[in-house]
Amino acid sequence: MLQAIAFYTIAAFILGFAVLVVTTKDTVHSVLFLVLDFLFVAALYVMLNAQFLAVIQILVYAGGIVVLYLFVVMLVNLKRPPEAHSDPHRMTKFGFGLAAAVLIELGAILVSGYMKAPAVAATATEASMPVSGNTEQVGWLLYTSYLIPFEIASMLLLVAMIGAIVLAKREL
Amino acid sequence: MPITPTHYMLLSAALFIIGVIGVMVRRNIIIIFMSIELILNAVNINLVAFSAQLHNVIGQVFAIFVIAVAAAEAAVGLGIILAFYRNKESVNIDEMNLMRW
Repeated sequence: MLQAIAFYTIAAFILGFAVLVVTTKDTVHSVLFLVLDFLFVAALYVMLNAQFLAVIQILVYAGGIVVLYLFVVMLVNLKRPPEAHSDPHRMTKFGFGLAAAVLIELGAILVSGYMKAPAVAATATEASMPVSGNTEQVGWLLYTSYLIPFEIASMLLLVAMIGAIVLAKREL
Repeated sequence: MPITPTHYMLLSAALFIIGVIGVMVRRNIIIIFMSIELILNAVNINLVAFSAQLHNVIGQVFAIFVIAVAAAEAAVGLGIILAFYRNKESVNIDEMNLMRW
């Protein structure tokens, strides 16, 4: 019961702030709503027993990425609103097609989720690990089975950092 | 009433749809990038929910990779926005047609 109340409260905040992010006219307010949205997603991660990921979410998203967005919003000072559009209905057909596809997908989720109980596959991963605790397990996996993807992610971040500097610098 | 993975999937789908609507409807490219972040968060919620359901931490490892890719994407994308703004004094995606065929 307590879990249900927590879930529905957090879900309502996540969806409400997401709608505000998309609909707010002022870009700065939109970024601030994005911070609140990320904080509630972090709360959801805590509920799901992923404490390490919750901290990473707050540090990287709410602390790092959103500050980057705020800097860009402050640097880009707009004299005229960018929302004026000549033909607002040009994507209507594509939009309706996409909406229909998502609706069918949601129906499939509902049918398969409520008709039969989800079969929990017995995964031996957690038992076979020599460490216990969320952070230890994530770290153990990152440095054993997923070492190469981990290194590739670090290379990706390095390349992205250099690329961002090259793009944003006035002259090299 | 227990909270099943179906609940998390529906929340994730709703967040994903809000992000897609933001990408389709808004013309301000900064808002479009924020909508992409919402979409990536929806994917992460799904990964972590299944990780909790299956008692398997691999989903959280993949969520960390998604966060790393999102950080890289935000850095490069915002660099492109700054470079574009310096040339055209605008962040409207309808004016970004320089490399169109």
